[in-house]
Amino acid sequence: MALRVQFENNNEIGVFSKLTNAYCLVGIGGSENFYSAFEGELAENIPVVHASLAGCRIIGRMCVGNKNGLLVPSSTFDTELQHIRNALPDSVKVQRVEERLSALGNVIACNDYVALVHPDLDRETEEIIADTLKVEVFRQTIASNVLVGSYCVLSNQGGLVHPNTSIVDQEELSSLLQVPLVAGTINRGSEVVAAGLVVNDWCAFAGMDTTSTELTVVESVFRLNEAVPSNITSAMRASLIESMS
Amino acid sequence: MEYLPEPSAVEITKNKILCCECGIPIEPNPANMCVACLRSQVDITEGIPKQVVIYFCRGCERYLQPPAEWVSCALESRELLSLCLKKLKGLSRVKLIDASFVWTEPHSKRIKVKLTVHGEVVGGAVLQQVFVVEYVINHHMCDECHRSEAQDFWRSLVQVRQKAENKKTFFYLEQLILKHKAHENTLGIKPNHGGLDFFYTSEGHARKMVDFIAAVLPCKYQHSKKLISHDIHSNVYNYKFTYSVDIVPVSKDSVVCLPKKLTQSLGGISPICLVYRVTNGLHLIDPLSAQIAEVNSTVYYRNPFQSICNPKQLVEYIVMDIEPIMDKERKVFPGQGQISTRHVLADVWLVRASELGINDNTTHTRTHLGHVLKPGDSVLGYNVMDSNINDAHFEKIDKSKVQDVVLVKKYYDKALIRRQRAWKLKHLADDEMAFDRETNEYNDFLDDLEEDPALRQNINIFKDASKAIPVDSNDDFDPNMPHVTLEEMLDDLVIDDVEMAES
Repeated sequence: MALRVQFENNNEIGVFSKLTNAYCLVGIGGSENFYSAFEGELAENIPVVHASLAGCRIIGRMCVGNKNGLLVPSSTFDTELQHIRNALPDSVKVQRVEERLSALGNVIACNDYVALVHPDLDRETEEIIADTLKVEVFRQTIASNVLVGSYCVLSNQGGLVHPNTSIVDQEELSSLLQVPLVAGTINRGSEVVAAGLVVNDWCAFAGMDTTSTELTVVESVFRLNEAVPSNITSAMRASLIESMS
Repeated sequence: MEYLPEPSAVEITKNKILCCECGIPIEPNPANMCVACLRSQVDITEGIPKQVVIYFCRGCERYLQPPAEWVSCALESRELLSLCLKKLKGLSRVKLIDASFVWTEPHSKRIKVKLTVHGEVVGGAVLQQVFVVEYVINHHMCDECHRSEAQDFWRSLVQVRQKAENKKTFFYLEQLILKHKAHENTLGIKPNHGGLDFFYTSEGHARKMVDFIAAVLPCKYQHSKKLISHDIHSNVYNYKFTYSVDIVPVSKDSVVCLPKKLTQSLGGISPICLVYRVTNGLHLIDPLSAQIAEVNSTVYYRNPFQSICNPKQLVEYIVMDIEPIMDKERKVFPGQGQISTRHVLADVWLVRASELGINDNTTHTRTHLGHVLKPGDSVLGYNVMDSNINDAHFEKIDKSKVQDVVLVKKYYDKALIRRQRAWKLKHLADDEMAFDRETNEYNDFLDDLEEDPALRQNINIFKDASKAIPVDSNDDFDPNMPHVTLEEMLDDLVIDDVEMAES
């Protein structure tokens, strides 16, 4: 299910929200419309939390996370960290990261198993990512851009990358991530896909400018049409039963 | 509208993405949109007017180039295109690549210009677009035509006058003006008080005309201006300018009597001289010694002199005997001026053509025409002794040194020449140059042209299509007779549209 939303007349919703399979963080806006859109769609399954980081509402670019954990920059206030810890499920580890490249959302892209990171990222940070998020970490660029977090959106089902990514690069990334990738745009031709789109395994939110073509691409690559939470659990149950038997 | 791909240094296998609008696979571009969608989304010619009015003056057939200039340009000309583009606002926002005219009916009062522009659109993509701008031609009378309609149009005037009896110089001037197209900027030409008035819109044009006349004829001029109006606040004065040009009152083939002072300064030339050519100076020849001298206008007006015999007084003589004078027999003196090498000095014995067979007494004279005369020829000359001459300088000279007869030129049968004349001259508009062309004076001028190649090299002679070129087999054609060769004649422009004539 893919939805079009807008944050205070701004289509770059990936800047103001962070969506994972276990929780959703939403920036604090002037009105509750943006929050309500997320809440209406997600509240049955995962917590949708108002959050700010270091007093900023551009949380989508500042933090990175998956169902296992959440990394926030060192500038995050203690109160904010406390609030996030309280709101998120206990299974999610929240961790501060001392990193020069503090806009973690821009330099790290991850799903629940793999993360692509900026080539210049600290080795320590890399280890923290691997530990906290429980992912394999690869230093990569996307279409010669080092800001992998900005130019690619990943879920466990698929990924959307910068439109200029060559077929060769796509194949390489796809083999690292073990998910199918597609080059595409969001928000009527914008190539900063992570800024216009947030996605988890069953749901996606895109900027209001996103055309139906772009939305169709998103829905097909992230397999949102067949994916609802119950489907996943049933699929998992089938495989679990198989493995247990 | 086409999308221009940005040149990529390395050719890599481009992946395809879906156009964000219509979903067809395209190569990624800065707008990430296919060309068709981009065209429907943005119009780079927005803000450029598609219909523009330009003003055209029907009187002088010129276009208004803002703010106040009027330029004449042909349809579909480069000048008109630049004028059209200047009228187009908003072109600065895009890059103009190409412009050309689209054909329209000349009387449709519409000009269409096809423009190709490059413009930058969302995300830095460069678009090329072709569009047509329609120009509507509105009529608007220009200031000059307005003034000329209001009969208040000339600003400056050139009055050309010659205080002489014959008009040969004016006929010559007319041909010179035609050849050099010096009359292009005139508003009108009027004959006035035995001269011509040329009217102009600006002082500069009049000044140019005066300079032209001064360059081709010996003359002097005076300049005056008349205040029409003035504005004391802005210090603007409105004048009418008048140039009065006075041409030296001596024409070709006249005999002049020089003041003593001038004869001395001209290398001891004798006072009775013949004017054998007029350019921007008077060319004099002394028939007694074939000594030549040139008098320019400054020298002339310092010591002015008048003609004592005019071409009207020419008398026909018959050469009875002629004897060339050898160089060694000539008297030379130190300080003598240049002697003509093109003329041959000769002693001739003459009888008046009217007294041939009645009077056997021959008149002796000396002439510079020894190279063209032979016994039995007719020759034109002035009977100086028997003429009634009123000239201050002539009265002072010793009459015993004055020859009885001054010969001017060989005489040919004019009737035959004029019948055979297969050429013609162009004229300024007939009513403007209102000299009578049927008179002897004009025909004399044509004769002069025929006889003097030096004179006709300065003017344009046109072939007269109504007359056949005389063939050499003609019995009474004298090969020695002066004539204008076919090479010297120009073909006149003849517009003879057969198709139109039939319908």
